[in-house]
Amino acid sequence: MRVIIDEGRCVGGGRCAVAAPEVFDQRDSDGVVVLLRADPPAEYAEGVRNAVMLCPAAAIELREER
Amino acid sequence: MSDSLPVVERMPVERPAGCPFDPPARLAELRSRAPVTPLRFGDGHQGWLVTGHAQARAVLADPGFSSRHELMHLLDPQIIEVPPAGPGQFIGMDAPEHTRYRRLLAGRFTVRRMRSLAERVQRLTAQYLDDMAARGPGVDLVDAYAFPIPAQMICELLGVPFSERAHFQHLGAVANQADVPMEDKLAAFQEMGGYIADLVERKRARPTDDLLSDIIGGDLDHEELVGVGSLLLGAGLDTVANMIGLSTFALLTHPDQRDALHADPERAVEELLRYLTIAHTGFRVALTDIDLDGITIGKGQTVAVSLQAANRDPARFASPDALDLTRQAAGHLAFSHGAHQCLGQQLARLEMKVALPALFERFPSLRLDVPPQEVPLRAGDDVYGVRHLPVAW
Ligand code: HEM
Ligand code: SF4
Repeated sequence: MRVIIDEGRCVGGGRCAVAAPEVFDQRDSDGVVVLLRADPPAEYAEGVRNAVMLCPAAAIELREER
Repeated sequence: MSDSLPVVERMPVERPAGCPFDPPARLAELRSRAPVTPLRFGDGHQGWLVTGHAQARAVLADPGFSSRHELMHLLDPQIIEVPPAGPGQFIGMDAPEHTRYRRLLAGRFTVRRMRSLAERVQRLTAQYLDDMAARGPGVDLVDAYAFPIPAQMICELLGVPFSERAHFQHLGAVANQADVPMEDKLAAFQEMGGYIADLVERKRARPTDDLLSDIIGGDLDHEELVGVGSLLLGAGLDTVANMIGLSTFALLTHPDQRDALHADPERAVEELLRYLTIAHTGFRVALTDIDLDGITIGKGQTVAVSLQAANRDPARFASPDALDLTRQAAGHLAFSHGAHQCLGQQLARLEMKVALPALFERFPSLRLDVPPQEVPLRAGDDVYGVRHLPVAW
C-alpha cells in the first residue's frame, strides 16, 4: 500500500488526521497535510481508505500495489 | 435529457408538519426522480437543483463550479444582483484568492490545536451548566447553553472581549433570518464590520495572544483583516449554537438514542450533523459547460446544492430518515465538500461532543417545557435551528 499526497490541493480541514492519525498529520503553520508514513502497514488500510473518501480536496491517493 | 425534465418553479422550503427535523418532503420526491433537476431562481434564471449525495459531492469537489458571489443567481426574488465578496470574505472566492486566506487560517484550526482546546471547552461547559442549575429548572436552553458556549469560544480564539458581545450578539439572530428585511441585515453586518474595524485598530496598538493579533503582523491589509474577522465571528456564532439547540431537541424527542450519545459521542455527533444538516443549501456557478450525471450544466448557470437532501439520500445512507447515533455517518455533507469545506469543523465537532453529553449527564431528567409543536423553529432561515428551547428538569 502506497499513499501519495498532493499538498497543493489540501485545504487543511484535518479529516485525514482524524481518520488515520498514524499516517497523516497537519503542519502547524498552515494546516497542510503531512504524510507520516508513505507505506503504512496493512492495519492502517481502513483508516487510509476512509481518509481518501473523506478528503474534501481529493488530495490523497492510495495505490494498493503488492 | 435535461430538456425533458420539468422546471421546478420554486425551491421547496416547507418542512413537513410535525416533523421539525425532516427536510421538505418535495426534495425527496425530486431526488428519487431526478437528483439533478432544473430550478427557477428568484430573478427568473433557470439553473439547477441537486438533491443526490453523489451528485452534490461531485459539484462541490469540482473547481469548475465557482463560489464567487457576483456570479450567482439567488432564490430570493428581492436580490437581483449580488456584490462580489468583500476583502477577506473568502467563502465567496475561488482559488487562488481563496487559497491564500485558507492557508493563512487553517493552521489555527488544525486537529491538534482543537484538541488543545478540549479542556477549555469542558470548563466552559461546566460553568454554564452550573449557571443553568442555579437559574432553573425552567430555562431557554438556547440562551443559557447553546449560544454562549460557542460564542465565548470563538471570541476567545479571535481575541474578541466576550464582555463586548452586545455589539454583535444580535447579528447571529438577524443575519440569516428569513423574515428580517434586507436593510436590517445589512445594517447588522455593517455594525459588526464597524466593531471589528475598531477592534483591529486596538489589537494593532496593543497585541494580545489570539488569532486577530497574530494575523495583524502578516500581509493582510486593514480591510482584509476586518473581512476575515467578521467572517469567522459570524460563522462561529450562529452555527454551533443552532446545532446544540436543535440536537438537544432531537435527543429529547428520541430518548432511545441517549445511550448511544454517551457510548460514542464522536460518532453520535456525525450522525446529528447528517440528520439535521442545519446549513441546508449551498450554491455554485458553472464556469464552463460541465457534465453532471449525463446532464450538461451550462456555463453561467447557478446550482443550488441541497446538502440536507443529499444527506438523506438512500443511495448513500440506509434508512436515511432515521436518527441512528450508532451509524457511520462520516461521509455526510453537513460541512460541505471541496475546497470550501468548513474551516471551523473541528472546533464545531469538539464543542458538540463535549456540550451534548455533559448536558444530559448533568440533567438526566431534562425535558421539554412546552409541547414539541410549540418549539419556535428557524423556518426558512439560511441556517436552521430552534429560536428558543424551553426546558426543565
Ligand atoms: C456545526 C456547525 C457548523 C456548520 C454546520 C458549518 C457549515 C459550513 C458549511 C456548509 C460551509 C461551506 C460553505 C460552502 O461550501 O460554500 C462552511 C464554511 C465555513 N465555515 Fe462553517 N460550519 C459550522 C461551524 C463553523 C465554525 C465554528 C466556524 C468558526 C471558525 C466556521 C467557519 C467557517 C468558515 C470560515 C467557512 C468558509 C470556508 C471556506 O470558504 O474555505 N464554521 N461551514
Ligand atoms: S483531508 Fe485532505 S484536505 Fe483535509 S487535511 Fe487531509 S489531505 Fe488536506
